[in-house]
Amino acid sequence: MKTLPLARLIFGAAVIFFLIAPLIAILPLAFTDSVFLNYPIPAYSTRWFEELVTADVWRRSIVNSLIIGLGTTLLATLLGTVSALGLREKRLSLLLATIKTLFLLPLVVPAVVLGVGMQLMFAQYSLTNSYIGVIVAHTVVAVPFVVVNVLAALQGIDRRLEQAAASLGASPTTVLRKVTLPLALPGILSGAVFAFATSLDEVVLTLFVAGPNQRTLARQMFSTIRENISPAIAAVAFVFILGTILLALIMRFARGMRQGQA
Amino acid sequence: MKPRYGRLVPLLLVAPLLLFLVVFFAMPLATMMKSAVSDPVAARALPETASAVAGWDNSSPPTTEMQAALANDIRQIEDDQLFGDLVRRLNSAKSGFRTLMGKTRTAVKENADNADLVGIDKRWADPAYWRAVSVAAASSITDRNLLAAVDLQRDASGEIEALPAGASANRAIMLRTFLMALTVTIACALIGLPYAMIAASVDGWKRQLLLGAVLLPLWTSLLVRTAAWFILLQDRGLINSALMQLGIVSAPLPLIFNRVGVVIAMTHVLLPFMVLPIFSVLIGIPRNLMPAAASLGAHPLRAFFHVLLPLSLRGVVSGSLLVFMTALGYYITPALIGGAKDQMISSVIAYYATGAANWGMAGALGLVLLVATMILYAIYLRLSSEREARA
Repeated sequence: MKTLPLARLIFGAAVIFFLIAPLIAILPLAFTDSVFLNYPIPAYSTRWFEELVTADVWRRSIVNSLIIGLGTTLLATLLGTVSALGLREKRLSLLLATIKTLFLLPLVVPAVVLGVGMQLMFAQYSLTNSYIGVIVAHTVVAVPFVVVNVLAALQGIDRRLEQAAASLGASPTTVLRKVTLPLALPGILSGAVFAFATSLDEVVLTLFVAGPNQRTLARQMFSTIRENISPAIAAVAFVFILGTILLALIMRFARGMRQGQA
Repeated sequence: MKPRYGRLVPLLLVAPLLLFLVVFFAMPLATMMKSAVSDPVAARALPETASAVAGWDNSSPPTTEMQAALANDIRQIEDDQLFGDLVRRLNSAKSGFRTLMGKTRTAVKENADNADLVGIDKRWADPAYWRAVSVAAASSITDRNLLAAVDLQRDASGEIEALPAGASANRAIMLRTFLMALTVTIACALIGLPYAMIAASVDGWKRQLLLGAVLLPLWTSLLVRTAAWFILLQDRGLINSALMQLGIVSAPLPLIFNRVGVVIAMTHVLLPFMVLPIFSVLIGIPRNLMPAAASLGAHPLRAFFHVLLPLSLRGVVSGSLLVFMTALGYYITPALIGGAKDQMISSVIAYYATGAANWGMAGALGLVLLVATMILYAIYLRLSSEREARA
């Protein structure tokens, strides 16, 4: 392959363009003054950002997404972290490996299949059309990310640190609180971020489980694109893309700091 | 330490999540599967009829006992919801029940002694209607939906036969889903393999850039990416206006609400799942292998085909399984970018569930999709555990 440097350059650049250009092309449209999502942009304004915070449907969907996202993050991080502490043990490793595989299954099962099942079952227990139902549904698909992230962080901990703390007389809970959890904190935090992002972007389960009162931002975006696309979508996309880049930079920075310390 | 309890600590720690997923993940799936085979309406609504038809030979004219039992059962149904469900269930087995049942119900309610159904409507003399009632009332489990999911049905004598042409399109939709997932997988492999090779062969900022370009879309909201493609592919979108400005085309190319648009958008969304597994395999390959092949006299192309490609194939297989599996169950992108002819199996399931409230069919098609996905995932797990075992 070394003989074709120009071809490699062109191919690499073309794929990068294919991957990134759609995300960049949508950004300026957030500032259009028109009601159409077309180039050239006739005049610039921030009216679509104003629409997001003033129009009732958008404002309520943002509030719903925050409520459901925070609920999901709390529940998924709690359940995922506790189970990761169990999964890292060397004992019963075959059983635990099987259980870990089971924990990742929600990522594999097609969302529509899970959604149909959830709607049927949740209806029997009056969980449809409720915040708790949506939070539970989102937690099912968010929790694998927490398990994976926290488990990776825990496996990176030098167990001799915990053994040293224990040999110096720290009780198991003290070791957990003062040594294990602080060392695993970056993994727990990135798991929580992934859980929140999963909830924020979840549409399919929401379609099946949520009622009109739990319309989330993602659900609202889905029906806006489907029924009557407006530049408000570009404004949401602008916020999301900026948020993603910001988070990616923060995580990189945090990783760099950790590596610098080590 | 108490070793006896110590052994249980990891299990106690995983228990809460295990319980949570059993209740809110496994149980919904079980409920869906149950809805695919459950058929309790007729057995519940027609208890007398169920026992009256038990000894019937399925072909002779209905006896007076059968007629009396059915008339009585229909008279007893107070719940309009239940009656509606019953009519829908019977009508799906044989059309004509909608008018027949309505007429019969009015007649038997008016006259509490009327048990002569044939006198109410001639159709009750036809054994075909009674066969439908008998099958429905006999059992609360059915394979009707599962058969219908693959375009099969049972004929009058209970043998499995193909549905008449044009009656159902499920096989066509499955084939379409398969072909679209395959197209996307091949497109991802054709782009992803060379791209991952380039990323693995450079380092420093170049590698960071190449990987960052894959990770940024992966981390970006799926809806945002789909919306971006919607905007780009429109008739007056950026791609079409650029092509028209350059004079390449005179009228906008149809890129949205058709197969082309869906495949482009899905390839964009799923490409990271191809690049990352190939890349992780490639960086595990010693970097001096290619120079070694060259020093032994191999032409670069020959070295590529005999050294690098076979070694990276494992990553291509993992990536392809991942992409194909995900593409099979895709819903959002085809729903937003595709037209009516580009809907995949997930859209049909969603239609049966939310549009038609036909939970039996939604469950049966869901079961087909679930089984296909699980088989692919099992193969994927097998391959990746083999790789770990080798490493």
